[in-house]
Amino acid sequence: MYNGRPMRMIIANRLNDGRVVFYKAGGGWDIDIAAGAVIEVEAEEAGLFAAAKADEAGCKVVDPQLIDVQVDGGKPRPVAIREAIRAFGPTI
Amino acid sequence: MALIRDDQLADDDSRLLTDDEALPGTGKIVVSLARWQKERETLVARKAPVGVRLKSDESPEAIAADLDRLALVELEFPKFRDGRAYSNARILRERYGFGGELRAVGDVLMEQLHFMLRTGFNAFEIAGPDPLEQYRTAKAEFSVWYQPTGDGRPTAISLRHRMAGNRNER
Amino acid sequence: MYRYDEFDRKLVIERANQFERQVKRRLSGELNEDQFRPLRLMNGLYLQLHAYMLRINVPYGTLSSRQLRCFAHVARRYDRGFGHFTTRQNIQYNWIKLEETPALLHELAAVEITGIQSSGNCVRNITSDQYAGCAKDELADPRKYCELLRQYSVLHPEFSYLPRKFKIAVTGSPKDRAAVAVHDIGLRMHRNEQGEIGFEVLVGGGLGRTPWIAHTIRKWIEPEHILSYIESILRVYNLHGRRDNIHKARIKIIVNQMGIDKYRELVEAEWQRIKDSALKVPAEEIERIDRYFAPPAYAKLGDATELLGRQRKASREFDRWLDANTVEHKVPGYRIVNLTLKALGKPPGDIDADTMDAVADLADRYSFGEIRISHRQNLCFVDVRQDQLHELWQALDALGLASPNLDSITDIICCPGLDYCALANARSIPVAMDIRKRFVDVDELADIGELKINISGCMNACGHHHVGHIGILGVDKRNEEFFQLTLGGSSDQNASLGDRLGPGLPQSAVPDAIAAIVERYKSLRSEGERFLDTYRRVGIEPFREAVYGKDSEKAVA
Repeated sequence: MYNGRPMRMIIANRLNDGRVVFYKAGGGWDIDIAAGAVIEVEAEEAGLFAAAKADEAGCKVVDPQLIDVQVDGGKPRPVAIREAIRAFGPTI
Repeated sequence: MALIRDDQLADDDSRLLTDDEALPGTGKIVVSLARWQKERETLVARKAPVGVRLKSDESPEAIAADLDRLALVELEFPKFRDGRAYSNARILRERYGFGGELRAVGDVLMEQLHFMLRTGFNAFEIAGPDPLEQYRTAKAEFSVWYQPTGDGRPTAISLRHRMAGNRNER
Repeated sequence: MYRYDEFDRKLVIERANQFERQVKRRLSGELNEDQFRPLRLMNGLYLQLHAYMLRINVPYGTLSSRQLRCFAHVARRYDRGFGHFTTRQNIQYNWIKLEETPALLHELAAVEITGIQSSGNCVRNITSDQYAGCAKDELADPRKYCELLRQYSVLHPEFSYLPRKFKIAVTGSPKDRAAVAVHDIGLRMHRNEQGEIGFEVLVGGGLGRTPWIAHTIRKWIEPEHILSYIESILRVYNLHGRRDNIHKARIKIIVNQMGIDKYRELVEAEWQRIKDSALKVPAEEIERIDRYFAPPAYAKLGDATELLGRQRKASREFDRWLDANTVEHKVPGYRIVNLTLKALGKPPGDIDADTMDAVADLADRYSFGEIRISHRQNLCFVDVRQDQLHELWQALDALGLASPNLDSITDIICCPGLDYCALANARSIPVAMDIRKRFVDVDELADIGELKINISGCMNACGHHHVGHIGILGVDKRNEEFFQLTLGGSSDQNASLGDRLGPGLPQSAVPDAIAAIVERYKSLRSEGERFLDTYRRVGIEPFREAVYGKDSEKAVA
């Protein structure tokens, strides 16, 4: 938590193969959540999300979403079970 | 927005009127069902072609008695996923025998062209580039149909048994 | 089984070509996701939690060995080496790439298999009795009518954008193994006084958020009128079904809102207008399709009673398997064999590519090259010679497919749940696997007897929890997974919806709850009485108390 707000990341599915990807700080997307941008400052959110949406219009990804994460030992982890399963794969 | 009618690009010689607009003296006009029902006598007396646009929740029954006075019926697809116009098109063609122009308007995509052709539409408002090219490509996609509709296209069943009949004749 | 003629083949190839174009247009941006979504859904392609999921129809659950081998190939070439059989006799692959789907669909089309309309707001796979053609209790093989309906419904121009999905099931037996009472349209075969075949038509059944048992809309319809009658039902639904709220858009909602009498009135009026149209099915077409379902070349055998008796004595395991997993066949000397895909440590209904190939080989050797899928996510060899049962059993055992647990407490229906599905609220597969682990002793399984557990990860009820003897529904409560139990559901000819047992339980408490229910059942049952019947006799209170104690509404958290 930072200033009482959860940290966020941007998650989406890649258009061509459906794989779950995370938006990176410098632009682009990565399958590994650890490579994704962790947004700690609310003011940064809008800009990054706009860039993510532009990638949707540009047919790179589908349905970018902002999700809450917590960071443990430097590794981000989605707060919601559903997003954690998307990030790390099926539990069985 | 382009108009394709009977497989050709066509000039849209009709004008869609709002419910409040004054009626022009001449020219082909299209009005809403509400306006048709309110001003039917005037519209019929007008001696120029008139059409009615039905929304997806409006029934063809409402204009069934007047079909021979209508040059054109437009069926609206508010969203392409709203499939009611397919049933309404068949009802107009097959139950009421409407022989005039049946035009698909609204969220009309060539991805659904075959469904529209087979249910009785013969005119389409198409958005986007190269409308005739889009139309022709979509039309060429299918040549086999299972279900009979009123469009006269031979179904797989009719072809199978016609063929079997032919073989027996030899 | 049905074989495509030139028309069927052309249609599926044209459809695969169309989809190839649509994928190109999506990848280039000519189509946006909103426009593309229904198009890909109507070919069976979902975007799920991890990747695209492709659902492929197995029409009325009948598969050839050649087709099963193609499934194995698809699993290897396009997925992660396995597939999942569903409650609608379909197969699903979880790790598909959009850009590879056109090639995949072409490969399937070559073996007469498609994903056409396995999703979308259209008529879905026509499902039926997995024992069709072979069951002793059957009036007639329903599959020719299923095939007729399949062709009728594929790319139907009027009904491809219905208010919501539409599911049709057909049973040829009074013993309903196809769950017709919980389908949008159910067809139940009957014979009239002249001995002719016809159908009772049921409408408005369904599971999901608002489960309902179907109403009879018509007691009898002749086969030649079946298409026009269904067209009437669909037309009324297409025009009157709600489009304002996707949770209120199924036909069951409008049928119950209007009342079945009003709905029937509208349908009958429409049917009178169209019953003598081109939709009347020519006798030649029914006969043509029927030829594909001619019985295989059965050998003239007597029942192998003596041989089986000896084999039973020699092996307790074989004896147990014979009783648990095999069913009487209508032809002397033959038997129906079930293979449950509910192995310990594996998700229910899953099967890997190597096993698919092995099953295909066994089908060729022992069952005329045919496999059936049941809606309980199991497989069947329906035409096995009794004198070959022992040999087959040994082969199945070597593959881990001889677990004697058909219809038992470990023969669980389970949807993919939150591990895979974007709609889910909770994970269903770990719950199934925990219960499976809890009941491993085969003698105990036999003692508990018939007890069908159905697990769904959300209200959409793909796991059919409403009609489980025990139903388990996953819910999300403040980012934690809880499970609500229901008791007393059934999907057969005496269909019923389960009753809610009590507040949701955390995942860790579910196996204990099941065990408590089983113990209570054992203490209350009369001789030979199965769980469902005991429940119907004694009611829910004894079971509620067994799970929750005296204070049954106490919140569990």
